[in-house]
Amino acid sequence: VRARRDAAAAALPEWERLRERAAAIRRHTLANLGAYLEEFERNATRLGAHVHWARDAAEHNAIVEGILRERGVRRAVKSKSMLTEECGLNAHLEARGIEVVDTDLGERIVQLRREPPSHIVLPAVHLRRQEVGALFHEHLGSAAGLDDPAELAEVARRALRAAFLGAQAGLTGVNFALAESGGLVICTNEGNADLGMTLPPLHVACLGIEKLLPRAADLAVFLRLLARSATGQAITAYSSHVHGPRPGGELHVVLVDNGRSALLADAELRGALACIRCGACLNTCPVYRRSGGHSYATPVAGPIGSVLGAAREPERHASLPFACSLCGSCREVCPVRIDLPLQLVALRGRLRGRERTPRRLALRLAAAAMARPALFEGAARLARGLLAVLPESWWRRTPWGRGRARPPLPRRSFREEWRRRGR
Amino acid sequence: VDASRAAILAAVRRARTEPAPLPPDDGAWPGAGDLAESFARACAAAGGRCVRVPEAAGLEAALRALPEAARAARIYSAHPGFAGAHFAPDELAEPRRLAGLELAVLPGVLGVAESGAVWVDAGALPQRAVLWLAEHLVLALPAADLVPQLHAAYARLRFEGPGFGVFVAGPSKTADIEQSLVVGAQGPRSTTVMLVGA
Repeated sequence: VRARRDAAAAALPEWERLRERAAAIRRHTLANLGAYLEEFERNATRLGAHVHWARDAAEHNAIVEGILRERGVRRAVKSKSMLTEECGLNAHLEARGIEVVDTDLGERIVQLRREPPSHIVLPAVHLRRQEVGALFHEHLGSAAGLDDPAELAEVARRALRAAFLGAQAGLTGVNFALAESGGLVICTNEGNADLGMTLPPLHVACLGIEKLLPRAADLAVFLRLLARSATGQAITAYSSHVHGPRPGGELHVVLVDNGRSALLADAELRGALACIRCGACLNTCPVYRRSGGHSYATPVAGPIGSVLGAAREPERHASLPFACSLCGSCREVCPVRIDLPLQLVALRGRLRGRERTPRRLALRLAAAAMARPALFEGAARLARGLLAVLPESWWRRTPWGRGRARPPLPRRSFREEWRRRGR
Repeated sequence: VDASRAAILAAVRRARTEPAPLPPDDGAWPGAGDLAESFARACAAAGGRCVRVPEAAGLEAALRALPEAARAARIYSAHPGFAGAHFAPDELAEPRRLAGLELAVLPGVLGVAESGAVWVDAGALPQRAVLWLAEHLVLALPAADLVPQLHAAYARLRFEGPGFGVFVAGPSKTADIEQSLVVGAQGPRSTTVMLVGA
């Protein structure tokens, strides 16, 4: 994916001009966000949409639940939205008896596996085709041993089309919202968001407040950058521009803060709000490529996820900024020129010493023991004694013991043996 | 609900951002040489097919010559230059009855040479979902309505009232299983652009 992005960028002589312009438009929009949010609300309302405001994930989930419940919705289809992942919407709705079917193929796969997505653009990039085949065999009744991606996609197509036709509501994310016209722009390659918002009578669109653009003309800059940065395509297969509900239908727009206004007030980190979720920084990051999306334990992985995660929940994600090698590749590929390495360094300064991982505590204890030979020898003797008598079941439960055999330990340490032989 | 609105707007305004003016228009963007040529190339790169139809009068024949049209039992058309099969209004209102639709023919408003994308105005269609329900999609576009890139496209498009428009570039596709490209994800398995007058 990284190579395709490079080829797409190199094919456009105006690439750097586009990036510069995109960054400037984002800076301007974020500096005037209040006015643009009100302008968007006014215009969207004029077109017949209902605009809701949610301060945090809980409010967002409650608003969406309320809209669905009022209309008696039991089954909803959803297209990819990092925001609803961030808010835990699926779990919230399912706990209240509303079935949600993720319709992006990759997201459907991870949903059936009861896993979070591991990549913004390619949610199931960590799975092999055989695993998908086994999963579809179990859940969608396909033949056992199917492992051809085209045949697997065909199985999913049939199941998902039935889900679209049976759904009473379509939930979608939003790529861009236009202040000037009150419109929403939603981009997909599969066409799933499009079926979700044109088939059921009710469309609920959830977006973070940072997704605004001033004018429709600004889309030219962002749509030219988005797909090229994400997959190397010139544009996604479908870029739908929704202005108001369709005749006889209903459109609800939920504007969500959930920490974004706090990030906007943070002079060092606010640049991260310019992100358009293309995934280019993930695809180029040596740490992401080695460790995979799930190791971040944040809704968004990779360099941008490290910034957003550590900014929002510093205690929980304090280790992420320290995992970066500061190679700077993410800054080079970012279509809106977010200075991710600089932000990660700033976060390190704030979080130094606040990593409360067990590893850190263990290392501190080890350092203290190694500085005192008598203490070290005593501790080592104690450990040898304990390891010999503690049961196997305990060993298997320790983080180290999982997947490792207990080492055979000598009765005496090297130093004791040395002394015993009188040297 | 109003409390949340007020709280969010107040928090956003409290954030002391540096003033940043909207960047002024900084002149024209590079074009694409021969528009029809670039468009056809980009269309193919997006997995679509571009068929050149020199005369408007030849559209019907060119359409009938498509393998998808030959196989289709019924063709839905919203294009004034091509009469499709008859669809009753209640049939169009009930998507379940369109689920097996094989081919839809729609007019394109403008085409973007750099990406092979065609703007389709679906706002006035009796069933917007035909764009994605149809197994195969044909868009008929006058070659005179090609523009070099998206900047020129948005200079022509207007968003003044309720509506629904979409840039379509190639068929529905996915690379979600081991990054291997599969055409025909949830939407059409093929997208053909009839470039009329080229």
